[in-house]
Amino acid sequence: MDFDIFIKILVAAIASGTPFVYAALGELITEKSGVLNLGVEGMMLVGAICGFIGMATTGSIFVAVVCGMAAGAFMAGIFALLTLSLMANQVASGLALTIFGVGLSSFLGLNYTSVALSGVPELHIPLLSDIPVMGELLFSHDILIYCSLFLFAAVSWFLSKTKAGLVLRGIGEAPKSAHALGYNVIAIRYIAVLFGGAMAGLGGVYLCIAYTPMWVEGMVAGRGWVSLALVVFATWRPARVMIGAYLFGGITVAQFHVQGFGIEIPSQLLSMLPYISTIIVLVFISRDPTTIRLNSPASLGATYHPSQPHS
Amino acid sequence: MFFKIEARPEPSKAMKYFSPLVAALLMLFSGLIIFSLLGKDSIEAFYAFFIEPVNDLYGIGELFIKAAPLMLIGTGLAVGFRASIWNIGAEGQLAIGALFGGYIAIVFNDNSGFFILPLMIVAGAVGGLLWASIPAFLRTVFNANEILVSLMLNYVAILLLGLLVHGPLKDPDGYGFPQSVLFSDSALLPILMEGTRFHLGVLIAVVGVIVGWVLLQKSFTGYQIQVAGLAKNAASYAGFKYKKLIWIGLLSGGTAAGIAGVLEISGPIGQLLPTVSPGYGYAAIIVAFVGRLHPGGILLSSLLMALLYLGGESGQMNLDLPAAVTGVFQGLLLFYLLATDFLIDYRVCFSGFRKEAI
Repeated sequence: MDFDIFIKILVAAIASGTPFVYAALGELITEKSGVLNLGVEGMMLVGAICGFIGMATTGSIFVAVVCGMAAGAFMAGIFALLTLSLMANQVASGLALTIFGVGLSSFLGLNYTSVALSGVPELHIPLLSDIPVMGELLFSHDILIYCSLFLFAAVSWFLSKTKAGLVLRGIGEAPKSAHALGYNVIAIRYIAVLFGGAMAGLGGVYLCIAYTPMWVEGMVAGRGWVSLALVVFATWRPARVMIGAYLFGGITVAQFHVQGFGIEIPSQLLSMLPYISTIIVLVFISRDPTTIRLNSPASLGATYHPSQPHS
Repeated sequence: MFFKIEARPEPSKAMKYFSPLVAALLMLFSGLIIFSLLGKDSIEAFYAFFIEPVNDLYGIGELFIKAAPLMLIGTGLAVGFRASIWNIGAEGQLAIGALFGGYIAIVFNDNSGFFILPLMIVAGAVGGLLWASIPAFLRTVFNANEILVSLMLNYVAILLLGLLVHGPLKDPDGYGFPQSVLFSDSALLPILMEGTRFHLGVLIAVVGVIVGWVLLQKSFTGYQIQVAGLAKNAASYAGFKYKKLIWIGLLSGGTAAGIAGVLEISGPIGQLLPTVSPGYGYAAIIVAFVGRLHPGGILLSSLLMALLYLGGESGQMNLDLPAAVTGVFQGLLLFYLLATDFLIDYRVCFSGFRKEAI
């Protein structure tokens, strides 16, 4: 294989994995607090279209990012209100959020389907980006990719090195004990859920202003669900989330290059690849129930409220 | 604080029946607001969306045609949902059901006979069942989360249907359009009411709902499902096999969705297309919840959801409303339901003007 093409695929894999990085790291924080939000797909879609509208209206990447994060957090806010304050079932509420998000995003995006954006320019870091191979691989991406790396560092540091991170993990393991220690479980879970929503929204924004600078109805195309699977695949560890995200980025990119090598495969079969890989990866990681049980936050998905009379 | 929230001593039976109604009313009220935000005369838009589609016999027929797949799939899904087994792959199971049933119709396209339609329905049921058995197998053997697996398989199924309709199942005389031949009369569901499109499939769906009712409300399996959903540990102490319930929960949804797929292609569509469902598999999830996971309730909520589909079409034609409004309404309905369910276990009390004593 031509080495240049190989590097190009790797660079493309990083870009294509970045929406997963944002959405999955956000969901990781949400799940670490013990809340399972299945609405990632819906939050990404609404974040994407709101970011797109922001970019199309003002031309500013910053405005797009703020709009997308706010929209994602707003969606997560609905979920938090239902599950944390009104004690609704988390699975049902997450599904509702996705169904609502699919409808809302195509509704908001009606007048934007034929709008083209200029995209996000690549930042060529002087000198460093001139290094052969490594320069292209590491130092010539757009700003949102560098931000996603910063997010990874911040999330890892927060979870493993800060007291707040410890509290968050404690709440995910044993909300009752955390409450007894005087922590406001509901308030902290609200913050974790809103953060997850904002990051899902940002992942959506990246997709529609940088990765493919246009709006297509339902363009997230299951990436929100793959992000949920990635958190399981990563056994709730940030570093493994990154590996998984770029792996899936690579699989997504590979389908475009296979045909480039003159291999005749129907496009539909290639499009199935990311979804089938997700299933295979899930099966591989879940086959030992103990791994999942030891690594997943103990109270994940269970409703908790201090006022609950029983259980 | 003038109001305070307190737990009811026991869940309110009245609110259990009342909250879906409250949710539906809140959704209709939101409709008025959304219509006026879109710059429409909200009363006129409300009429066009919710009343005009069903103010004649033809419209009522359409309502039942749209409700049929929803009630059938909703009932099938409810079997799993009651035991906290989340099959959200009905959209894909419907596509595979349509593929299997459609294959039979295409193979026997030059023949005629009473056997074709039943054979298509059986094939569709088998297709949906097989597709749903993938998440069931992976969950029971490898412990893989059925939510994610069944959801991923939706994308795979729809791509597979598209692949085959673009390829081997394409009509050779169809000028290259991605669609199959038009089915022969033996492969089409007979119309039961003159002047409408009300077809036999609606009755088949109602029979499906009744079967679901017997399974859930009258059988020992239904009782096991109920117990497993309320208290998984209690169910295992009682010796109920949870793995068996996973299979039943997923396969009933898959079978129902597969049959619903055949009802679509042999009813309103009449051929195999790359897309055979406007999201019935997802809408049926809402139908199941709004119907309180009870076949009787699902029958009613499927009619409401069908009205949202019809209203969306009518609003698009008459008022230039975007079709996506339907999806927004569907989501809102489920949100409102989940929110009002709070009132089953809790009540809001007026606590007077005095400060609470501590």
